[in-house]
Amino acid sequence: MTDLPTSTARKLGLVIDLDTCVGCHACVVACKGWNTENYGAPLADKDAYGAEPVGSFLNRIHSYEVQPANAPAQLIHFPKSCLHCEGAPCVTVCPTGASYKRVEDGIVLVNESDCIGCGLCAWACPYGAREMDPVENVMKKCTLCVDRIYNENLPEIDREPACVRTCPAGARHFGDFADPESNVSQLVAERGGIELMPEQETKPVNRYLPPRPKDEWAKDAEIDVLAPLLAPVAEEPKGLLGWLDKALERL
Amino acid sequence: MHRQPALDTSPKVSDEVRQTTCYMCACRCGINVHMKDGPDGKKQVAYIEGNRDHPVNQGVLCAKGSAGIMQVTAPSRLRAPLKRVGARGEGKFEEISWDEALELATKWLKPIRETDQSKLAFFTGRDQSQSFTSYWAQAFGTPNYAAHGGFCSVNMAAAGIYTMGGAFWEFGQPDWDHTKLFMLFGVAEDHDSNPIKIGLGKLKARGAKVIGVNPIRTGYNAIADEWVGITPGTDGLFILALVHELLRAGKIDVNYLARYTNAGVLVNCNEEDPDFGLFLRDDQGCALVIDRATGKPAPAEAAIPDLAATHRHAGVTYKPVLHLIAERYMDAAYAPEAVAERIGISAERIKRIAGEIARVAFEEEITIDQEWTDFRGKKHDKMIGRPVSFHSMRGISAHSNGFQTCRALHMLQILLGSVEVPGGFRFKPPYPKPSYAHPKPHCKVTPGQPLDGPHLGFTHGPEDLCLKEDGSPARIDKAFTWENPMSAHGMMHMVISNAHAGDPYEIDTLFMYMANMSWNSSMNTSEVMRMLTDKKDDGEYKIPHIIYSDAYSSEMVAYADLILPDATYLERHDCISLLDRPICEADGAADAIRWPVVEPDRDVRGFQSVLCELGARLDLPGFVNEDGSQKYADYADYIVNHERRPGVGPLSGFRSEEDTGRGPVNPAQMDKYIENGGFWLKHIPDEARYYKPWNMAYQDWAVETGLYDKTLPYLFQLYVEPMAKYQRAARGHGLIQPPDHLRERIKATLDPLPIWYPPFLDGHADPEEYPVQALTQRPMAMYHSWGSQNAWLRQIHGANPLYVPTKLWQKHGFAEGDWARLTSPSGEITVPVVHMAALNENTVWTWNAIGKRKGAWALDTDAPEVTKGFLLNHLIDELLPERGDGMRWSNSDPITGQAAWFDLRVKIEKVRAPAEAQPAHPAQGSPVPDAPADRSQKVGA
Repeated sequence: MTDLPTSTARKLGLVIDLDTCVGCHACVVACKGWNTENYGAPLADKDAYGAEPVGSFLNRIHSYEVQPANAPAQLIHFPKSCLHCEGAPCVTVCPTGASYKRVEDGIVLVNESDCIGCGLCAWACPYGAREMDPVENVMKKCTLCVDRIYNENLPEIDREPACVRTCPAGARHFGDFADPESNVSQLVAERGGIELMPEQETKPVNRYLPPRPKDEWAKDAEIDVLAPLLAPVAEEPKGLLGWLDKALERL
Repeated sequence: MHRQPALDTSPKVSDEVRQTTCYMCACRCGINVHMKDGPDGKKQVAYIEGNRDHPVNQGVLCAKGSAGIMQVTAPSRLRAPLKRVGARGEGKFEEISWDEALELATKWLKPIRETDQSKLAFFTGRDQSQSFTSYWAQAFGTPNYAAHGGFCSVNMAAAGIYTMGGAFWEFGQPDWDHTKLFMLFGVAEDHDSNPIKIGLGKLKARGAKVIGVNPIRTGYNAIADEWVGITPGTDGLFILALVHELLRAGKIDVNYLARYTNAGVLVNCNEEDPDFGLFLRDDQGCALVIDRATGKPAPAEAAIPDLAATHRHAGVTYKPVLHLIAERYMDAAYAPEAVAERIGISAERIKRIAGEIARVAFEEEITIDQEWTDFRGKKHDKMIGRPVSFHSMRGISAHSNGFQTCRALHMLQILLGSVEVPGGFRFKPPYPKPSYAHPKPHCKVTPGQPLDGPHLGFTHGPEDLCLKEDGSPARIDKAFTWENPMSAHGMMHMVISNAHAGDPYEIDTLFMYMANMSWNSSMNTSEVMRMLTDKKDDGEYKIPHIIYSDAYSSEMVAYADLILPDATYLERHDCISLLDRPICEADGAADAIRWPVVEPDRDVRGFQSVLCELGARLDLPGFVNEDGSQKYADYADYIVNHERRPGVGPLSGFRSEEDTGRGPVNPAQMDKYIENGGFWLKHIPDEARYYKPWNMAYQDWAVETGLYDKTLPYLFQLYVEPMAKYQRAARGHGLIQPPDHLRERIKATLDPLPIWYPPFLDGHADPEEYPVQALTQRPMAMYHSWGSQNAWLRQIHGANPLYVPTKLWQKHGFAEGDWARLTSPSGEITVPVVHMAALNENTVWTWNAIGKRKGAWALDTDAPEVTKGFLLNHLIDELLPERGDGMRWSNSDPITGQAAWFDLRVKIEKVRAPAEAQPAHPAQGSPVPDAPADRSQKVGA
């Protein structure tokens, strides 16, 4: 079994804005591309052109429908990757020490050379955030692009996870949750960022910004606050034209 | 104890970054292609990301773009030119040399050019080089050229051009930085892709409100603050009800309408007069208004009109356009109460939305302290904005009432005064550009000579139609005829059925590029396959020769006699030209290139380069030098050295020291583009950023940049007079007359003010028998048929169930895993169903172009795209069902000819699950080897 650090200097992670995510999968594929070419074994695809293609992805989008009582149904796009938990059960369950949480920034990683592919960590993760690569037979998970965020071969502006850099809607934010002044801490404070499944006591670092209230018209359909704005200046075309002429005169 | 290994957090990223332009959809983002040395020492593509400096995507990139690497290595890629050896449709080919391929093409095409070029139909699909392919077709001399706009969104484009000199997407965009209320009507999620997502992200960050009007709540509509789950095909009625409410409340921008539109232009209102519906004009042909200052008629461009005045002249009463607008839309027929049931939205909600539009437009006015001077010479000390903006594409376009619906939306924006103002809709150069500044269509064939002008354009009356002397259609697709007089993008979807029927005439060679016509790009797919293989009594194919160019083993490949294999977008030159479908932004003119960031590893060639050589073999003017030798070695040579007008070529950048956009040919131009990241961008000066059609600073800048040759200020056309000219002819006036059976339809539908009428299919298919409407959408992670061959993307969208709303799901007793038979008046399909609640209660839908034919795209024959994937195309006929009037009416918009594939009505029944989705076509032969089972590749390893 593997120990977690007692504390980490920084708590790097993601804020994902569910009010803004359109479910385009840009983050999914940017992640697949970067991590195929970088950290550890490539993210491979079994039966790539066949009946049941199964590849490893470190980030996937799930879509859920929500049916409010008195409003139209909503579709929520929910991107999910490793939440880099402070109490990561995937680390403590690891029999070889291959899974570990970095003391300097809290990123949870798999040291692939020590991974025996037993899969215990994937079972232990309540979020389903780890995937066994079907071809390479090694455990894969989000690295928070640890090979980008400090990478001196990249321009400073690009030192962020591939999913954040590519997100067209700007729904993904990267930063240090240990710093209350950071962009991610501020967003969480302003928008009521939530922890995923807190009852699991995994203390995830990543946060989700909930969708803003939608379809408000359905909830207060009785109160037509805007009605006075549409008070007619005329019921008949002639009346409108007379009004128009006066309106134009004022200009 | 905690322990952690040493880790290199600064690994080498790549050996080189090459910047080019994406082609994974029509968005055309800038990309950084990271290259690494492969095992053979040659550079290979290792990783693709967005280019931060690029005006289109500003660094971000969608799923398709990031998956481009898997397109280059796709097993579906064709390897060499192919000649058919089996029967057409079988997919049996032999690989041949390029010399043999071009010789064969020349053998077929040369006699056509020398005798009758209309025997060639040259249609390009998702072509991004239309200014080049049309130039080739014009040099060949065939009238039969178009790209895929006729079945995509010509209604939106044409309605926008005729109304205000541009539409959405490539023509313009919301003012994302200032708009406070954004309304999104039916939109294909890739039209356009990243700019809309970037824009929505800006609105969300500011807390601006988004209203989504769409029967389906996915994608952009899923994050809309308010969803209007409208009945398909009724958007026009909804918009006109909003107009009704705004007019009654006087919530229109009177000053804007008076100054910048034809609201004051006088219209002949004497129904008995031959010129009823036409404008009052002076001797110079200028449309007249009553001048507010003098009370007398004056040219509209010169005077500020009296919007209330009417005018009597020679016994005829003339009324300003705004009178006609008020009379029509203030009528109770457009009241929210009158339309609510039909559109499926309550009257209270329509009023509430109208109120919200009015409040934001007129109570939350934006002012920018920026002086500007209008075309009448008046100086303005600020720019005033109405921060309501709109975007829409195919959802309202692909209906038989689509043109008028798009017109209605453009009229709504103009009435609010929100076009080309801060917070509203903004044009992107080279737009704004009024309809009359575009070419008119040309169709005159002279054997051995080029066509008399560009094929496609904008008609302004019966004299502009493409008719032969006997009145029959000049074009194989019957574009620009009385059936659809304003078909600005041609009608690719009619080519095969017309050629098969020999109506209006037979052709010899069908030549297509990037158009999967035997599958997802045709209506009535099974029937199209039959037409392509049908033979005459003498045993020859009804369409004798088919030449096709594609990079991949698509369904269409099996139906061609000669295949010219294209290079992928990372292996060839291209230009995204201002002469073509531009990629500009509202604040600047831009164009871009593609260049071979990798060399092809097989015997394939960029199609445009092939056309350069084929053009020379055919001695086409513009493609040969005076000594008869080949003029352009390849497409790159053409891009740099071709001049369309003096100083104006395919690329505007780096033509001179001043880099204005105009200038002589610069032999180093391509290198300059590569050095600059693959694109060129010229910013619009601050005083020219808004009011572009009327702002002299913009007009002068546009001339300097080469967008126009002289300044071109104009008024928006709330009333589109050319349409009245077709109605005039339909009433029996004028020399060029429509056939009698079309007169009533022309009178009813070519109304010069926006109208709404029910989708045509409603009058042909019994709404009780076919009570459900069926739509398709394109997923954001796929571009038509291309994505399925991409090992990454097909794991995102590997199958396309039919999504069924709660009411129908319960009514038919569906459960998870069930299948349904969907029947339309022209066909049936059997497909898997999935429940979806966030959906209009009478609408079913699916993702388009996921379903694949067995044998195509190098997929295994048991791939889910084949066994469960399906097309709705099988249910849509290019003709409407018979109605007992002896006619077969086209399933198209009567104005533009746009394919009305969103009019589809079906019935749905639960059935036992078949072995695979029906209809299941037999496998076509594959010209490429089987795909490998697994993929695990790291270039740098």
